[in-house]
Amino acid sequence: MSSTSKALLTGAIALALGSPVLAYDFGRPATPGETALWDIDVRPDGKGLPPGSGTVAHGQQVFADNCAACHGDNGVGGIKDRLVGGQGTLASDAPVKTVGSFWPYATTLFDYIHRAMPYQAPGSLSNDDTYAVAAYILHLNGILPADGRLDRDSLSEIKMPNRDGFVPEPEFDPAKLFRTK
Amino acid sequence: MTNQSDIPVEERGNPGQSGLSRRNFIAASTGLAGSIVAGRAAADSLADVPPREVGADLGGHSERSKYVKISRIPEAGPGKRNVDPSDAINSKTPLDKLFGSITPSDLHYERSHSGVPDLDPVKHRLLVHGMVRKPLVFNVDDLKAMPSVSRVVFIECTGNGWENWKKADENLTVQNTHGLVSTNEWTGVPLKLLIELVGKDRGSNWMLAEGGDAAGVARSIPLTDEILNEAFVAYGQNGEPLRPAHGFPIRLIMPGFEGNLNIKWLRRLKFGDRPWMTRWETARYTQLEANGKAIQFQLRMETNSVITSPSGTMMIKPGYQRITGLAWSGHGKIAKVEISTDDAKSWKEAQLNLPVLPKAQTRFQMDWIWDGKPTKIVSRSTDDKGNVQPDRKSFIAATGTNALFHYNALQTWSVDEIGRVRNVLD
Repeated sequence: MSSTSKALLTGAIALALGSPVLAYDFGRPATPGETALWDIDVRPDGKGLPPGSGTVAHGQQVFADNCAACHGDNGVGGIKDRLVGGQGTLASDAPVKTVGSFWPYATTLFDYIHRAMPYQAPGSLSNDDTYAVAAYILHLNGILPADGRLDRDSLSEIKMPNRDGFVPEPEFDPAKLFRTK
Repeated sequence: MTNQSDIPVEERGNPGQSGLSRRNFIAASTGLAGSIVAGRAAADSLADVPPREVGADLGGHSERSKYVKISRIPEAGPGKRNVDPSDAINSKTPLDKLFGSITPSDLHYERSHSGVPDLDPVKHRLLVHGMVRKPLVFNVDDLKAMPSVSRVVFIECTGNGWENWKKADENLTVQNTHGLVSTNEWTGVPLKLLIELVGKDRGSNWMLAEGGDAAGVARSIPLTDEILNEAFVAYGQNGEPLRPAHGFPIRLIMPGFEGNLNIKWLRRLKFGDRPWMTRWETARYTQLEANGKAIQFQLRMETNSVITSPSGTMMIKPGYQRITGLAWSGHGKIAKVEISTDDAKSWKEAQLNLPVLPKAQTRFQMDWIWDGKPTKIVSRSTDDKGNVQPDRKSFIAATGTNALFHYNALQTWSVDEIGRVRNVLD
């Protein structure tokens, strides 16, 4: 940005902040009710997870109905991403990155299924079905037992096999960024 | 005599830098005129040029000449080319057919995770919320009414270059190897202004940016001073509203950072105090090293360059060749580009065409007289922060071959005894 446009921008911000009426002319307040409709993100500490629960057994049915066509009957061999197996391959010449071998957080699995899957109808699974199918995928990877069940407390407590498999780029390491200010 | 159209004098070239001058070119070409005109029709005469005639009516917009064949190519992963468009995950820019440094809007590379949504700008909304004093909803007209910035920047998919991690297919063009980078002028509202309007909490240093595509692509963005000063929410692309493939009606522009962070079809900005660890920043856009650990939050795009002509699958003849290409860096401006025409044994500084802008592609060029012997040509860029594009051997020694993303090693083109140009590793 040139110093001229910086100066213009600074002026514009000062102008906007100097007058609350003008500030409100840009956009309108969001209401809590409408924000809740879009506020779907889930963090590793479980913040953002909705109420509900689901079992591995129910998840097997949800998976067969909504996921197997692309990801294969057991999360292997489908036309889209493989979801199961691959543990022990990450340092080989042919790494297999799956939920079980690579994904560091189980909360990310819930978030991704909830926002983006099934591919043709994202957001169509209920919260209970999303917990259930996440439980089933974790079970296929040996992370949950066959009689397992997930809800927002138990999901965020799962430690994924590759949880410690990531190294942050030093410039943008979340543990260090912003700490020196 | 030499055809005037072959004289590659770039009037925009910076005369202060090494490279072409008309006098040098003509001196060189005089001695080589025979080799340059060889291959032209022997009886070329102005009498053969068709007579002038009245042309087509004026129109509402201009199409390309019917004589120009130029398009992107949809592709899937490394080695998965010539796929059905429904199986493609990206569509690459024809770098070998473009001039200057600005990519035409319809040829800007394209990447999407769930197709190009059909978004009605009247119904589209941007929600800005989270750790803020007053969450706000903006419509597109609100954003267009606000103070704006325009900036020419490159956007590059982190997968650019991924064809050459493990092997080099000799049939690849530069469109195949490097077509996931483009440069446009973008116009929009500074992120900083939106942050001031909602009153971001001082404790919030991370922002989630989320798209309105089916996948709801979402990335966590650290609010460093650099990003706060440079990021903006764009509605304009090369002077017109965004094209649908590039985020219509609004997208985030993050100069110098991973293409995936420039969230298209933007519908939500949420402020928080830590990253969200979305699928894209954990399972997808992370780089697996040889030891099996993956580098995360490698957000900046590296110093890079590639010769676009002569490049893969082209044929050249002995004599004068203009070498030209593009260089770019997510760190800042390109400071210099060096070219080797003897397999990286010796290097000569290329001319940089003006303007040289930070975090934008820069056009470079250099004279070359090919002696007809097999050789290899390579470009190497250095940016104004001192970052130098790495040679492939050192690069692979440091990263392994499994990273998939962030490949910026030197690109080598080999030239064989008949002038065939091919993609090779080094």
